[in-house]
Amino acid sequence: MTETLTLGKALNVGLRRSLEADDKVLIMGEDVGKLGGVFRITDGLQKDFGEDRVIDTPLAESGIIGTAVGLAIRGYRPVCEIQFDGFVYPAYDQIVSQVAKMTYRSRGKVKMPIVIRIPFGGGIGAVEHHSESPEAYFAHTAGLKVVSCSNPNDAYWMIQQAVASDDPIVFLEPKRRYWEKGEVDTDATAPSFPLHSARVVRPGTDCTVVAYGPMVRTALDAATAVDGERSLEVIDLRSLSPLDLGPVYESVRRTGRLIVVHEAPSNLGMGAEVAARVTEHCFYSLEAPVLRVTGFNTPYPAARVEEEYLPDLDRVLDGVDRTFGW
Amino acid sequence: MAKGDTAPARTRTTRRAKPAPAPEFVQLLTPEGERVDHPSYTVDFTDEDYRGLYRDLVTVRRLDAEATALQRQGELGIWASLLGQEAAQVGSGRALQPQDMVFPTYREHGVLYCRGIDPIMPLSLFRGVDQGAWDPNEFKFNMYTIVIGAQTLHATGYAMGVAKDGKVGGPDGEAVVAYFGDGATSQGDVNEAFVWSSVFNAPIVFFCQNNQYAISEPLERQTRVPLFQRAAGFGFPGIRVDGNDVLAVYAVTRDALDNARQGQGPTLIEAYTYRMGAHTTSDDPTRYRIASEVEAWQAKDPVKRVRAFLEKQKLADDAFFDEVDEAARVQAVHLRERVLDMPNPDPRTLFDHVYSEGSPLLDEEREQFSAYLASFEGSAH
Ligand SMILES: Cc1ncc(C[n+]2csc(CCOP(=O)(O)OP(=O)(O)O)c2C)c(N)n1
Repeated sequence: MTETLTLGKALNVGLRRSLEADDKVLIMGEDVGKLGGVFRITDGLQKDFGEDRVIDTPLAESGIIGTAVGLAIRGYRPVCEIQFDGFVYPAYDQIVSQVAKMTYRSRGKVKMPIVIRIPFGGGIGAVEHHSESPEAYFAHTAGLKVVSCSNPNDAYWMIQQAVASDDPIVFLEPKRRYWEKGEVDTDATAPSFPLHSARVVRPGTDCTVVAYGPMVRTALDAATAVDGERSLEVIDLRSLSPLDLGPVYESVRRTGRLIVVHEAPSNLGMGAEVAARVTEHCFYSLEAPVLRVTGFNTPYPAARVEEEYLPDLDRVLDGVDRTFGW
Repeated sequence: MAKGDTAPARTRTTRRAKPAPAPEFVQLLTPEGERVDHPSYTVDFTDEDYRGLYRDLVTVRRLDAEATALQRQGELGIWASLLGQEAAQVGSGRALQPQDMVFPTYREHGVLYCRGIDPIMPLSLFRGVDQGAWDPNEFKFNMYTIVIGAQTLHATGYAMGVAKDGKVGGPDGEAVVAYFGDGATSQGDVNEAFVWSSVFNAPIVFFCQNNQYAISEPLERQTRVPLFQRAAGFGFPGIRVDGNDVLAVYAVTRDALDNARQGQGPTLIEAYTYRMGAHTTSDDPTRYRIASEVEAWQAKDPVKRVRAFLEKQKLADDAFFDEVDEAARVQAVHLRERVLDMPNPDPRTLFDHVYSEGSPLLDEEREQFSAYLASFEGSAH
């Protein structure tokens, strides 16, 4: 049976499954308990699983992640919520210097089954520090895995897969898509895709568009907008580290064109990595250089210009025009 | 532990704080408007001063209500209301000397007002037309800081600079005040600010508005001891004041600022108050606190007690109170008009001021973006 759920609710149900499946799973963060999180992703979980498992923490991100490390050494599986993307940085030291390196430096004796959930990205008209896309900082760090869901079914399964993973995972939630609805197969006993796999979400023949998180919807909208004129193949990366580029190579070899879309600035971002690897693997198939449609290389701007800053349907289609104009 | 002793039974790992005892704090004006004495603190206000404080309290509350209304009507993206915290902000704001420097959070609209700054200034941030772009040195009031606690370190560094400049101990002494909330006291940055200011004897006052909540989390999630007591461990005095008593807040803050100016280093003030409204306009406090708690605090309202005092002492009549309300209303209307008039920024300005001198990458992006925008001109887009 499938249920129609919002992406936010799908995460909530997924977290509930994880708490049921393993009593070592803990949820911790600011306002995650009684309030259910500022986005209500943990709504009702403290009520049902108790204050020992769903923990309102002191207001200190370094403390949230640092204590998660200790809890993990003790055998727990902490799922940490960072309230907004821009507030992860007080914890950055703990994440990149401790969480990411424990397994390596213990030669595998210590596991860090920690999930760091971060609502990320813009488009909600917020004040500064509430709309950022910090994925490259984390994807750049060896030892961390980074994933992002784009639809309710993926949200439901990916969060459970992340919690079950013995590696630390930065789990990026596209906050502006929290309210989007979709079918979720809550009866299935296992996910249909491994966590670290990219997926073709719309087949096409003329040009490949790669996106993840909030921009998958934008890419799909662009594909619909030019349907009949041009056939765009949209790929949802889902995993940013490790990258699963097999489906991208396969696609580019057919279409000869690639556009990578993300909200984060282009400079040294995910698009740069994808472009470099696709160039290495598909050089003779490319009809045009790999193009990036991204946020600009500025700090995230004030809300009243964020629409201009963020890639939207028109910007993606402009990218499509440019690749065909080559 | 001697044999036979039994460990106290623990049923849960999260220790519940005992219900808070009635706090002891410096108070000069009771909720009923009675003027009371304190052995160490007093104020020597003229009748006009008392009326002025009342006017400040009413005005900042009225302007705040206007901003909340503007948010409800979609004219502001969000608003962080100071409702309930007027006395903490007016009392401390009025205690400042012109040369003193303020490092606010995102809620210090009342302090800003008392500094003589046009209350329109922070509204561009909440409307989303900019990020609160004013010159901290021009106004002696730093830009609002949203990342919890970060500004306490900035304030400490600024205060270290004041000391380096020799502006401590003399008649032209400067002091610095850092505002933050109860939740912020858990942050590493705030604790580091305590360490630094103590070690370097910085001329700073840490002004914590303990409004009992950090969004949904009550004070017990941040501390097992009264917050002001933390100062002792860092090596400087801490004091708790009735944050809803504008007179006491004024007296305590002025004293702490004087001490800082005279080279006696930092003080932590805990202004014990209550956030009467939501955390911000995005928040729904009914999910985490009960109405009776809010009602109990209503009886300690910071504005009403000054009015009661003025009435009892026959320092003001109805004509005065009406005039204050009317003047505040006019200011609110004026504020509203100017918010509605704020232009949206030209999107091309996105690329300005990332660096003092620009960059080739940004120049290229600006050029491409301008061409892109131009491609829509004349179309129905
Ligand atoms: C580093 C950081 N983490 C989280 C947040 C989100 N946040 C905004 S306000 C707030 C609570 C602040 O509580 P407190 O310090 O008591 O100040 P108050 O808002 O009550 O005045 C939180 C968690 C933030 N702004 N910065």
